[in-house]
Amino acid sequence: MNVNYLFSLLVVVALFLFAWVGAGVWEMKYLFGVFIPYAAFITFAIGVIYRIVNWAQSPVPFRIPTTCGQAESLPWIKQNKIDNPSTLWGVIVRMLLEVLFFRSLFRNIKLEFNAGKRIAYEWEKWLWLAALAFHWSFLAVLVRHLRFFTEPVPFAIQMLEEMDSILQVGLPVIFLSGFALLAAATYLFVRRVVIPQVRYISLPADYFPLFLIMAIAATGMFMRYLTKVDIIRIKELTMGLVSLHPAIPDGVGTLFFVHLFLVCVLFAYFPFSKLMHSGGVLMSPTRNLANNNRAKRHVNPWNYPVKVHTYEEYENEFRDRMIEAGLPVDKKE
Amino acid sequence: MSDELKPDAFLSKINGCHHQSPITGWMDTPTDIRKGMYCYAANPKSVEYLSLPHAHSWNPMDDDWKLPDNWKEILHKGFKERLERFRSLKIFMDICVRCGACADKCHFFIGTGDPKNMPVLRAELLRSVYRNDFTTAGKILGRLNGARELTMDVLKEWWYYFFQCTECRRCSVFCPYGIDTAEITIMARELLNLIGLNIDWIATPVANCFRTGNHLGIQPHAFKDMLDFFVEDIEDITGVALEPSFNKKGADILFITPSGDVFADPGTYTCMGYLILFHYLKVKYGLEVTWSTYASEGGNFGFFTSHETMKRLNSKMYAEAKRLGVKWILGGECGHMWRVIHQYMDTMNGPADFLEVPVSPITGTRFENAASTKMVHIAEFTADLIKHNKLELDKSRNDGKIVTFHDSCNPARGMGLLDEPRYVIKETCNKFYEMPSNTIREQTFCCGSGSGLNAGENMELRLAGGLPRSNAVKYVHETHGVNMLACVCAIDRAALPTLMEYWVPGVEVTGLHELVANALILPGEKERDTDLRGEPLASMEGDDAE
Repeated sequence: MNVNYLFSLLVVVALFLFAWVGAGVWEMKYLFGVFIPYAAFITFAIGVIYRIVNWAQSPVPFRIPTTCGQAESLPWIKQNKIDNPSTLWGVIVRMLLEVLFFRSLFRNIKLEFNAGKRIAYEWEKWLWLAALAFHWSFLAVLVRHLRFFTEPVPFAIQMLEEMDSILQVGLPVIFLSGFALLAAATYLFVRRVVIPQVRYISLPADYFPLFLIMAIAATGMFMRYLTKVDIIRIKELTMGLVSLHPAIPDGVGTLFFVHLFLVCVLFAYFPFSKLMHSGGVLMSPTRNLANNNRAKRHVNPWNYPVKVHTYEEYENEFRDRMIEAGLPVDKKE
Repeated sequence: MSDELKPDAFLSKINGCHHQSPITGWMDTPTDIRKGMYCYAANPKSVEYLSLPHAHSWNPMDDDWKLPDNWKEILHKGFKERLERFRSLKIFMDICVRCGACADKCHFFIGTGDPKNMPVLRAELLRSVYRNDFTTAGKILGRLNGARELTMDVLKEWWYYFFQCTECRRCSVFCPYGIDTAEITIMARELLNLIGLNIDWIATPVANCFRTGNHLGIQPHAFKDMLDFFVEDIEDITGVALEPSFNKKGADILFITPSGDVFADPGTYTCMGYLILFHYLKVKYGLEVTWSTYASEGGNFGFFTSHETMKRLNSKMYAEAKRLGVKWILGGECGHMWRVIHQYMDTMNGPADFLEVPVSPITGTRFENAASTKMVHIAEFTADLIKHNKLELDKSRNDGKIVTFHDSCNPARGMGLLDEPRYVIKETCNKFYEMPSNTIREQTFCCGSGSGLNAGENMELRLAGGLPRSNAVKYVHETHGVNMLACVCAIDRAALPTLMEYWVPGVEVTGLHELVANALILPGEKERDTDLRGEPLASMEGDDAE
């Protein structure tokens, strides 16, 4: 048993029960349906802005891109303009590939010792695939949920739902993204526990968001496919939140409040956690800078003069021996 | 220890990287500072010479490291200062998700199996203290959030593991956020230097370099002597007498290269290669290239000490170029030297407005990629010469060499100098084979001795770190009969022969310009029957057989 994931699991279970009891038994629906969502959203927005501003306040004194291909060099040498960009456009493409398709993670390979003696490199794209499935399906789920916050529902969101339910076989409409999200999150969790190296480095802070997201996906799907909650009422509630006229309609099930509460926890937790990698990747100096170091000067705002050993001091120490060896000197004595 | 432990036993010890992680969590696993894995503590005289903080005599094996009473305060303050100065540090402390993609990309993890050598965990050593000292969540949640206090044990762990990273950046290539362990190690070493905890293999070369202009402490007259000695050797082999220029005012180009190549084989042959090339360009095209005894070091071990120390040593390059009134600077083959020149020099010590945008007077090529820094890599320079047919080459003189190319970490991942050296090799050698694709170019494996870890006392660490590189060499050695490992780095030339001897006997190490000079036909030369090493040419051996 691993204390790290057990702890995180218990916290998520506790959060679940807290919302269940709070909204269902103690009937604190205004707290769970209005107050906490607003508080979570404000925490999220301010927190994320604060973190990004805080990062931005530290300068980038040196231009230190990690170059992953041939640099711009002599005209007849073919540059890798994406993995080793020398222009802003190159950087933009590099960043887009990084953010949208996890370019660097795609490079992943697995090292094996054959018979314990020879090193070999094996194909390993599962992490990349799971990460891609996880993030894209999360985005699809998130965007789909905008239907609860818009009236009328924009065409783009309807289109996404159409695509998401492409494997439709009957009613209710089945959205692939929810299942993909749950499956990918489960994979990421299992991988953390099964691969010894990854298990060894994992902190409770790595398991907690996974359990939280799994719980969010599970409660959402439970409502959609099994308990069949009253969508009309829920949309009344969510539209009330967006229009700043919050109200709690009757007939919204307890599970919905649990789902909403877990989402709120995720939002509020976001700025204080590793989930900020989403913003950080855009500001990573090894990725978002052009490798044109020798062509264009980069300025360090805090560059300061340092104590150096001048040629004069050097010659003063070695002059006699330099003259003797026939080396030119600035002062003859 | 390497004398006792044979390669097979070494590999059994690593146990296929499927080693058991310790039963205790990494925070609860104490660091065992082991002989063979660490470098000796800095000589206080060297630290003092540079007026760096808290020079003192200490021994890593002792319990008491004789630190100043307020060492925790110094480190806390130093950490804070660096977070404010470097966005890279702040971001790299915050955004790691511990996906583990970097884990088996590190040559030290592969070669030691020690989980604290996984890049992610190496960084966590620092992050754990960062969370404790600088984040709200860390302060409240403590260990649950991966935070821990800085204690003497943690400090020792820092010292031990941040001097088991060669700052090669391979992990950074695979990290989805580009988290660069080199950057983290650089910061950690800066912090350790605040309380006088450097290693001697770095501190003493730095002090030497500050005083004499090069890491080895070669004084000006001796520097000239050593090159004159090569001149005699070259005359024996080629029959041509060279006259290299030193500290010459008004020369066209200032040439700077690591002093290691002046000092030890096989780098010396590369150095002879430079001399031969410059002589050729002088008699054929009238190009005057001067060496400098004041700026006689291309490498910069200051980079492994602190940003400030790096700047202090690097300042000599521009200062000397200005004093001599050259047009631009040409740099020799070296790894971290080129990371410093490419990514730091202009920012630290520029603008070099007293120099001209580098133009090769022989080919007319304008090196636009060096327009601001005004320093050109010799592989770029020579590739351009060969492309324009300006060098008369006899490739067959390298026929005895079946060559592969080791991309040095910094030119590969901190610059992108990949195809220039390959072009030069292919134009000077007939037999060239690449190592497997996961071990070259941006995915190249470190020699395991970079960033100042090229000492003798940490040989087990070096052999472990060099295992993945050697393994790839072994592959081409066995499949193509490769017997020559070419590289563009002086540390490689010092470190790889030891590795080859241990892991892949039968493979020698060469610099790029040794190959160039072997092939280059000097005006007025006698018929050569040996290469620069004095070994008979393959064509000559053929003659003997007939």
